[in-house]
Amino acid sequence: MDGMSLLTITVLAVFVGFEVVSKVSSTLHTPLMSGANAIHGIILVGAIIVAGQATDPWMLAVALLAVVLATANLVGGFVVTDRMLHMFHARKQLAGKEAATKAATGEVDGK
Amino acid sequence: MTLLDPVWTSLLYLAAAVFFILALRGLSSPRTARRGNLIGALGALIAVVTVFLSSRLENIPWILSAIAVGTVVAAPVARRVKMTQMPQLVALFNGVGGGAAALVALLELSHADDPWVRLAIVFTLLVGAVSFAGSGVTFAKLQELMTTRPVVFRGLPAVMAAVLLAAVAAGVAVIMSGSAALAVLLLVLGLLAGVLLVLPVGGADVPIVISLLNAFTGLAVAASGVVLGNVVLVVAGTLVGASGTILTRAMAAAMGRSVAGILFGAFRGGSTAGSTAMSERPVRSSSAEDVAVLLGYAQRVIIVPGYGLAVAQGQHTAAELALALEARGIDVDFAIHPVAGRMPGHMNVLLAEANVPYESLKEMGEINPEFKTADVALVVGANDVVNPAAKTSSGSPIYGMPILEVADARQVVFLKRSMRPGFAGIENDLLYEPQTSLLFGDAKESLAQVLGAVKTL
Repeated sequence: MDGMSLLTITVLAVFVGFEVVSKVSSTLHTPLMSGANAIHGIILVGAIIVAGQATDPWMLAVALLAVVLATANLVGGFVVTDRMLHMFHARKQLAGKEAATKAATGEVDGK
Repeated sequence: MTLLDPVWTSLLYLAAAVFFILALRGLSSPRTARRGNLIGALGALIAVVTVFLSSRLENIPWILSAIAVGTVVAAPVARRVKMTQMPQLVALFNGVGGGAAALVALLELSHADDPWVRLAIVFTLLVGAVSFAGSGVTFAKLQELMTTRPVVFRGLPAVMAAVLLAAVAAGVAVIMSGSAALAVLLLVLGLLAGVLLVLPVGGADVPIVISLLNAFTGLAVAASGVVLGNVVLVVAGTLVGASGTILTRAMAAAMGRSVAGILFGAFRGGSTAGSTAMSERPVRSSSAEDVAVLLGYAQRVIIVPGYGLAVAQGQHTAAELALALEARGIDVDFAIHPVAGRMPGHMNVLLAEANVPYESLKEMGEINPEFKTADVALVVGANDVVNPAAKTSSGSPIYGMPILEVADARQVVFLKRSMRPGFAGIENDLLYEPQTSLLFGDAKESLAQVLGAVKTL
């Protein structure tokens, strides 16, 4: 791909990046940071390309190290983000269930 | 030969890039966050499968084994890590990503003749190395492998300037010569710069620096995409770089800090004020029974949970205590500071784990006016986020950080392990106020004792 197209894509991506996260509540800062962290693990694609082109064993060793590190970033990042967000989800379900039980037993919330 | 022609390859990379955009958008709203993360993972899967099908690759068995190793190491750690230790894990993952980008750039140098491509390589090497080493230091600070106080020494600014100048010189030399040895030198200078960048940052500001280094890694990945002419790397890296910058600023704003102030504040000196030795002033220490009486005959109690609660795994006991008090007709809320725990939103995650209902969690802006009407503010394992020094002492490292106004409550009870100052290493004058009492001990045990005593009232 020529330099001008790459530059165009980069500049547009900067604005998209600014735009998509512009209104995020502080509650979600940690998961969002963690999710973005996982996304840059896509450097794995680059690591695979250099490992696939490596001809001498030293270069291959360094490239494979990059593959291991990038995989850790990518896989670990998505898994840990999912775990954080799972807890938000579980809480909502449980809160809903409690409310239902309270309503069923005719209990009145003190607030 | 390859399985995919260039058109299909481009289309699949485009799909992956769109998925990453949707992922970030999904992650910005509580309702769609989890789905957003899964969409991101799907985008990554598409991109990785595409590279295997579209490029002429040697060493495929080796590559697959390396992917297996990375997965086997990272996935179980990510699944099992305690939620309290999650910030340092994110820092670690961020660091290895930056390291991978730097290594990719180093290996591409032998194929690069164009000076612009070499410039992108130099950028990736330097920024990737800064991110790797900087994340390493943040990991060490969060894991408390080293002091959480700002580390400064005389001449630090001069050393930093020298390292950066040397890095620029080495970078120019690499662009001119394409020498691998000089590139390794640049890598080392980048690592050094990363360490020097994070050392002076105080413990309380570390989360913001993780976010900043996260954006750095994004930029390094984008530059490596320019080097390899790979559009998905360019888009994903730029997205993370841009959104990470916004996120860093938002986090800093939530703490009333500026990013420049955090990075360079310690250089200006004076910012370690207040982090002196502990004072000899007397405090009022109290028993679990006294605390139970205070709580049990109050009308309104606000619990302020902090990192100490999380470390002691006391969130479940805190939730039980809140239930027991509510059963006595007492109004109980949890006041959540934006950076309670170690990262913005961290405490929400921890309390969610303990099934504290969402409505009881009040954000700082909402709860601060209510402390005036509270009979008791129960501060469990928190210190910096309620430290009035943030408002009154302009030399303090946390000066300007918005705090929870617990001093407005009629009585303040601290459950603390010891008189040791908080993560930022600053003493809290509130501990010596007449309306304050302290119950020393592990947060979970103290809570359990108080809970037991409340039940016998």
